[in-house]
Amino acid sequence: MTMDTPRTAALAAAVALLLAGCGAPDGGGSGGDGGGSGASATGGEAVTVEDAWVKAATEEDGMTGVFGELVNGSGAEAAVTAASSPAAGRVELHEVAPDEGGNPVMREKEGGFPVPSDGSHPLEPGADHIMLMDLREDLRPGDEITVELEFAGGSTAEFTAPVKEYEGAEEDYGGDADGEGHESHGDDEDHGGDGEEEHGGESGRGGDGDH
Amino acid sequence: MGGTGTGRRGPSRRHLLLGGAAAGLGAAGMVGAGALLGGPAPQAPGGGPEPHGAETVPFHGEHQAGVETPPQAFASFLAFDLGRGTDAEAVRRLLRLLTDDASRLTRGEGALADSEPELAAAPARLTVTFGFGPGLVERVAPDEAPEWLRPLPRFTEDRLRDEWSGGDLLLQVCADDPLAVAHAARMLTKDTRAFAGLRWVQDGFRNTRGAVPEGTTMRNLMGQVDGTVNPAPGTEDFRRLVWGGESGSGGNGGRQTRGDGGDRGGGDGGSRTGEGGESDGDGGRGNGKGGAGGPEWMRGGTGLVLRRIAMDLDSWDRLDRTGREAAVGRRLSDGAPLTGRAEHDEPDFKALDPLGFPAIAEYAHIRRARSDDPAERFFRRAYNYDRSGPGGQDAGLLFAAYQHDPVRQFVPVQRRLDELDLLNEWVTAIGSAVFAVPPGCPEDGFIGEPLFRK
Repeated sequence: MTMDTPRTAALAAAVALLLAGCGAPDGGGSGGDGGGSGASATGGEAVTVEDAWVKAATEEDGMTGVFGELVNGSGAEAAVTAASSPAAGRVELHEVAPDEGGNPVMREKEGGFPVPSDGSHPLEPGADHIMLMDLREDLRPGDEITVELEFAGGSTAEFTAPVKEYEGAEEDYGGDADGEGHESHGDDEDHGGDGEEEHGGESGRGGDGDH
Repeated sequence: MGGTGTGRRGPSRRHLLLGGAAAGLGAAGMVGAGALLGGPAPQAPGGGPEPHGAETVPFHGEHQAGVETPPQAFASFLAFDLGRGTDAEAVRRLLRLLTDDASRLTRGEGALADSEPELAAAPARLTVTFGFGPGLVERVAPDEAPEWLRPLPRFTEDRLRDEWSGGDLLLQVCADDPLAVAHAARMLTKDTRAFAGLRWVQDGFRNTRGAVPEGTTMRNLMGQVDGTVNPAPGTEDFRRLVWGGESGSGGNGGRQTRGDGGDRGGGDGGSRTGEGGESDGDGGRGNGKGGAGGPEWMRGGTGLVLRRIAMDLDSWDRLDRTGREAAVGRRLSDGAPLTGRAEHDEPDFKALDPLGFPAIAEYAHIRRARSDDPAERFFRRAYNYDRSGPGGQDAGLLFAAYQHDPVRQFVPVQRRLDELDLLNEWVTAIGSAVFAVPPGCPEDGFIGEPLFRK
């Protein structure tokens, strides 16, 4: 066989990946149920979220971040201006920026997230991200969370993101963020909910006793 | 973190992807498993072989990769025990996370939320193969366990240690580059933390890629050509022996029986006629899970027996070359049977030496390992291990054997070796585990999903 076929297939697969975001848990598809058509009001139809994920957190933690990459497949600029999720009582668009003392703090981002035409905008720990607040339930590893984005112009798009454990994304929320005092929501490894600590005593189990 | 929030840390996933694809096009390519077999690597302009790190093996498909895939140079087998609170629903979440990240990593992408995606950029034919131990199936669908999914029966020569045995979930991670293996193992282990604890890790190696021609039978650390007799990937023989549930009952023709337990040792003659006991103890065979096809969810899957076989290399050193070759029944130089001229010549078990003794001794490994019943064969995909250090020698073989029914295919052979095999003087199984390797999954599915449809 020639090498062309697998090469082409590989490239096609890579491109499809870019456009659609594949893999099981991250749907990444845009719902695009809103109106807002027209070149100047791009949004729900054109922007997808790729490689989206949510950092695991408990209801008690109260808040966590959503990350991924906003990808704009259209020739017109778009902007995410708001977001909502059934998993959270409140959702904000946050940035991490230096305060007066030069220390990075997290705060609501004015004007939302711009997504350039035929470009993308990353949502990452330590940078812009979507903040889920007043969590209504534990977000356990492997759960899937639905988030709806609202764009300038009024259109909306929905995506799902799997929950993952993550050691980072522990920004100092500073005093000015919202007064909720979540400075230290560390120790996340204990929040898994499935009992990381619980397997300790079981190492002797495992079906080998019969030998 | 001291960033201002405006810059990005590290390249974006898109750039990585594009870079990976471009590298794949420039180099030999992101081609399927084995597509490059048979040809030497082209020379790069600067001299030296073309890098092969961009090559990938498809993750999705009818079967999981990592079984029929030509063996990569490096392997890491990781076994996990599920936490007490990990119920069926949690296992499902775990498998979805693992499947997603395994598919990403094997494409040469970082895992989701990978802090070091650069380490994933050269997958070097990375494969991740999932195996379910009895404990996992018990949590999810207790009635769906294949009958053979249980520890092997006791063998008298075994000296099994808990630290190398058992496990609820296995991840077999293989690649031609140890960095790809290490990164994948770490990312996947992170996915398990909320659900399970690591039980053991067994790392192994073969020749580095390019050191010997592709397709060369491996050598173990005793110097033997190891694995000459092996069903060939891609053949009907392989399919029938390894992949469960595909051959249908017709293929077995009623001759492949159970319960004969390898008791046909000794002279071995006429064993075919001595299967009278086979009709006993077939309980469960008619209930749809123990039958020839096994449970429905395992269709396209296989069974893995992983044995950690320690080698006493220091005492092996004391044996002269003739004695070593007699113990196995093959020449050390090229693996040819003592009655043949080339590695793949059929051994002549009837041939006598000038003194009138069998040319291949009664105790020789290859005589003992061979069954008259062609169904009592399996596919082996072994790796060497060597953790020797100041504490002494700790080396051997990770004997990974794949077959659709270990009890029918593996156990009879092992029983024969347990009864008599001169190699037992120098090799000892110190670990043993049995896993159900589920079929592969489509792109919108996850490994083990059919087990949850019950």
